[in-house]
Amino acid sequence: MSQNQNYQTHEYDVLVIGAGGAGLRAAIEASAAGVSVALVCKSLLGKAHTVMAEGGIAAALANVDSQDNWKTHFCDTMLGGKMLNNWRMAQLHAQEAPQRVKELEHWGAVFDRTKDGKILQRAFGGHTYKRLCHVGDRTGLEMIRTLQDQGVHRGINVYMECTITKLIKDGERISGAFGYYREDGRYVLFKAKAVILATGGVGKSFSVTSNSWEYTGDGQALAYEAGADLIDMEFVQFHPTGMVWPPGVRGLLVTEGVRGEGGILRNKAGERFMFRYLPEGSKKDFAETDEEAAKWVDAAVSGQKTEARRPPELSTRDNVARSIYTEVKEGRGSEHGGVYLDISYQDPERVKKKLPSMYHQFKDLADVDITAQPMEVGPTMHYIMGGIRVNADTQESRVPGLFAAGEVSGGMHGANRLGGNSLSDLLVFGQLAGAGAASYAKGLTATPKVLDDQVQFAIAELEEPFEGDRNINPYDLQKELNHVMSTYVGIFREESDLSIGLSKLQELKQKAKLVCASSNKTYNPGWHLCMDLKHMLISSEAITRSALIRKESRGAHSRLDYPEINPELSKVNTSVYKQGNEMNVEQTPLPAMPDDLKELFKK
Amino acid sequence: MPEATLKVFRGKGDKGTFETYKVPIEDGMVILDAIHYIQQHYAPDLAVRWNCKAAKCGSCSAEVNGKPSLMCKSRMDKFSLDEEIIVEPIRTFPSIKDLVTDVSWNYEVNKKIPAFTPTDDGEWIIYQEDIERVQEFRKCIECFLCQDVCHVLRDHDRKDAFMGPRFLVRTAGLDMHPKDSLNRSKYLKEEGGIGFCNITKCCTEVCPEDIHITDNAIIPLKERVVDQFYDPVTMFLNKIMPNKNKKKLV
Repeated sequence: MSQNQNYQTHEYDVLVIGAGGAGLRAAIEASAAGVSVALVCKSLLGKAHTVMAEGGIAAALANVDSQDNWKTHFCDTMLGGKMLNNWRMAQLHAQEAPQRVKELEHWGAVFDRTKDGKILQRAFGGHTYKRLCHVGDRTGLEMIRTLQDQGVHRGINVYMECTITKLIKDGERISGAFGYYREDGRYVLFKAKAVILATGGVGKSFSVTSNSWEYTGDGQALAYEAGADLIDMEFVQFHPTGMVWPPGVRGLLVTEGVRGEGGILRNKAGERFMFRYLPEGSKKDFAETDEEAAKWVDAAVSGQKTEARRPPELSTRDNVARSIYTEVKEGRGSEHGGVYLDISYQDPERVKKKLPSMYHQFKDLADVDITAQPMEVGPTMHYIMGGIRVNADTQESRVPGLFAAGEVSGGMHGANRLGGNSLSDLLVFGQLAGAGAASYAKGLTATPKVLDDQVQFAIAELEEPFEGDRNINPYDLQKELNHVMSTYVGIFREESDLSIGLSKLQELKQKAKLVCASSNKTYNPGWHLCMDLKHMLISSEAITRSALIRKESRGAHSRLDYPEINPELSKVNTSVYKQGNEMNVEQTPLPAMPDDLKELFKK
Repeated sequence: MPEATLKVFRGKGDKGTFETYKVPIEDGMVILDAIHYIQQHYAPDLAVRWNCKAAKCGSCSAEVNGKPSLMCKSRMDKFSLDEEIIVEPIRTFPSIKDLVTDVSWNYEVNKKIPAFTPTDDGEWIIYQEDIERVQEFRKCIECFLCQDVCHVLRDHDRKDAFMGPRFLVRTAGLDMHPKDSLNRSKYLKEEGGIGFCNITKCCTEVCPEDIHITDNAIIPLKERVVDQFYDPVTMFLNKIMPNKNKKKLV
């Protein structure tokens, strides 16, 4: 292999990869701990997918419902996750979220207010109390802008439009990362004592998704290649309400805030079908009639207390998504293959005020006035609960020096994530990862080495798409992958489908060796996609293999051939890791919850 | 299937040319869909920035038939089929390739704005009516279309002296925050170059978030600067009662 020294080198204590909520929060924390920090992101700063989060941040501030506290939030999170969550992460999350939200406010975030001047909170699926701190329906934007400004004023060095393709190790330890600048294709080496992955999810492997182009499973794949294990990758959340029409916007998110504010789901016959789909165990928490649900909505709108129970539309996301899917499949869907979501019965001015971006999204992109007519919605791939296995308190993976926070990590959300728990996850675990990585970096006595053969290997991989006899268009391959994942590893799964999916993924892996890039390295999205595809294929295979091994239906993982929960499988995580050149999958014991926390569920 | 004709800027700066592409039209299609179609079928190396495809991230700014727009919000059915749709990068910033420009100057300007500096760190009671204005400014998605259309930056290229509407909006959002303790008038006058703006409102017209940039942000800031530095009464009061209950001037 010829030596290529043509790359930039930077050296930092902590390198953060990804500049969404988790990455920014981690970088701020590490920097505050006094270590040198670099932040790299694939897009421009402030454009990360966090910006798309709409409904709010879940935190038991008890500003609206005074009964709320961390214990209830903890229980809601565990029950929503079908008890498969890492209990310690769920506990830390519930305990620290209020603090993280107040801190964000003190950094300049401007949340909507209650009448008495506190941070306003709204209802969301699976949350017992009104818990989501929000700014209309653009909470993610508020969060990212606040963190971005906090970050730049602390002097964190940001490397924008820079993609990492390889983690570098010195023996078992992390020693850096290698990648390229999108702008001109220059290569760059970051020497670092610790690396925090905060790269988000995997949505771009599916055809209908709410995720942006950046969501190509980079962190999951980088960690896997570096020897970390990925847990619970079978748990992929399909958000119940994505746009279904027009075709160009299919999958675009319609915030759960619409249902939180009283939006009603109906099928084409006008039936409010969610009453029929409430699980037996939680039926008692939901309204039984239209009248009771209406009473709850009236009270919520006017900020009054009520004995009425919440509307059936506020069931957990996995359940609502399956219900909509079933309605459509059984022929009761809307004109364009979704169901109707209606908020038009409310005061138009209030709808515009509480859901401004939904109003504009439908008006501008679908010619639908949501204050006058119902929306058409259907499930869209939205989030992956699984991810890199980390230590709950430090966010460190099993690879020394490799940390992960946010969607890319696993454990916090178990088998299904509650709406609003993702923004709080970013803040809580971003902070812990920043602290964990800084303390790890400070504790190292010697700087780990970067060995040139690993760098040369990374360079060779990046050069490949321009070399030799290659003829596969990366965009075509991505389309094929989307088709495979959506067809065989979708909302409802079964052994035969998953097996076909897996063998098709093997074919795609072979094809991926022949993807080609044209022209040169200057801002060349085709070449970038060639690199992203490697990551998408690894994370897709991890999802498929994990889905095959979990022979039950739990949370977001629904097996037609195993329709029930299997109590034995409550005790295990699915773990995927690299062994030689093979992807190994096994079940590992779930950390046992201490008795004092178990007690909370007995009430 | 009906087809649209797009003329897309390809290449860099003066050396760039317009290439013509035919794209089949689907219901509800936007310009960004057409660009993606071109990438997938004709030009995999076509450079374009985009993220959310829902007018929330402000990445896909371009000039469509000369109008600064978000491509994800520009519906194809606004154009007639016999019309050529011209798509080019935002012209105020240096060309990198195709539809991508170097907007790094904006990030440099942002760094220099005196940061949010809260008055206290207790529990905050803030009323909704006191933050409506600030919330309007914080809707900004940093698409930089206002910077693109601003003639001080575009025609006179005064990036050396004027921060542009985006950062006047940002400064207004900080200065009008009920818990902020700074008065950024000196900064606005000396570093931000607020005097360069002669309120032609072009920025307001192109804002995809409908922020009333000129009326609600720039004009009130200009008034503060005038009060601070040019109004004899305020100047006198400032002299005899320095800083009493006042925000710190920066």
